Amino acid sequence: MPKWFIPAAIACALLFAASPIVIATSPEEAELGMVFKIFYYHMPSAWMFLLSAIVCGVASLRFLFGGNPRHDRSAVAAAELTVLFGAITLVTGPLWARRSWGTWWIWDARITASLVGWMIAWSYLIVRKYGGPGSDKLASGLAIFGMANVPFIYISVNVWRTIHPLTTVVPSLPAPMGWRLWFCVTMFTLLYILLFKLRVHLEEQRARVDALYIALET
Amino acid sequence: MTLFRRLVLVLLLASVSPAAALVRAQQTTEPQGQFVPAESLPQRERMPAAPLLIGAYAFALVALFGYVISVSRRLGAVKTDIARLESDMKRSGRG
Repeated sequence: MPKWFIPAAIACALLFAASPIVIATSPEEAELGMVFKIFYYHMPSAWMFLLSAIVCGVASLRFLFGGNPRHDRSAVAAAELTVLFGAITLVTGPLWARRSWGTWWIWDARITASLVGWMIAWSYLIVRKYGGPGSDKLASGLAIFGMANVPFIYISVNVWRTIHPLTTVVPSLPAPMGWRLWFCVTMFTLLYILLFKLRVHLEEQRARVDALYIALET
Repeated sequence: MTLFRRLVLVLLLASVSPAAALVRAQQTTEPQGQFVPAESLPQRERMPAAPLLIGAYAFALVALFGYVISVSRRLGAVKTDIARLESDMKRSGRG
């Protein structure tokens, strides 16, 4: 693991330890009240979900056209993180919606596209696990579709009618809410980098095990 | 226009009008374009949402910690395999 990993992990742990205080002292929103504070974890995890789908897609493209197994390992790591951050997004969202909209779920463009993106990441992992020989390239194709879905998720609220908050809510946030959001975004981005590095390291070690088995058998 | 065509037109309009009204009724809720702090609101008008808020944060933290533990355990298992295979290599004189 790189030298920066442990200091960065400590910094990330400190940020997560401070986050309940930062969020608890945030002002409540006029219409949503206390439930607005879900936004501080929901939105950064949604961004990491989309970022991870892009990382997975780009790494898969590079693996398909370059054949470098290093890119394949990055794609696997990113796919797993897409599932993790997607799950957080898709669970915290309905908890917000229950109070805000009076329903757990609506089949609008953003929420449905997010669910599809999450299922594509799951299908990537399932194909990798049970697909047999050649499943790495088959899964790479899925990852490209997962990445292609990301712009639709992002712009959907501005293009199609929905009751989901628009993308304008972030730049228009008042300062007491805005700095808290960027604190959480920094925290989640650092966590994403650390988890990605850790997961890639796991794949590298697995590749080493495979190489050792081959060396022993020959 | 024949009587049949008129009848079809009337039926078509009759079937579309309630659907259009329903769609309009469903679209009366506007999406939020801006968040506003609620400092000026009286306490009674604020929505109690603690269970949902705690549920959201608890799920996120459990998922993240669970994932870190899962990766650590998998990494530990792989490192044990590497140590075993390397000792096998040394024993067989190929290390």
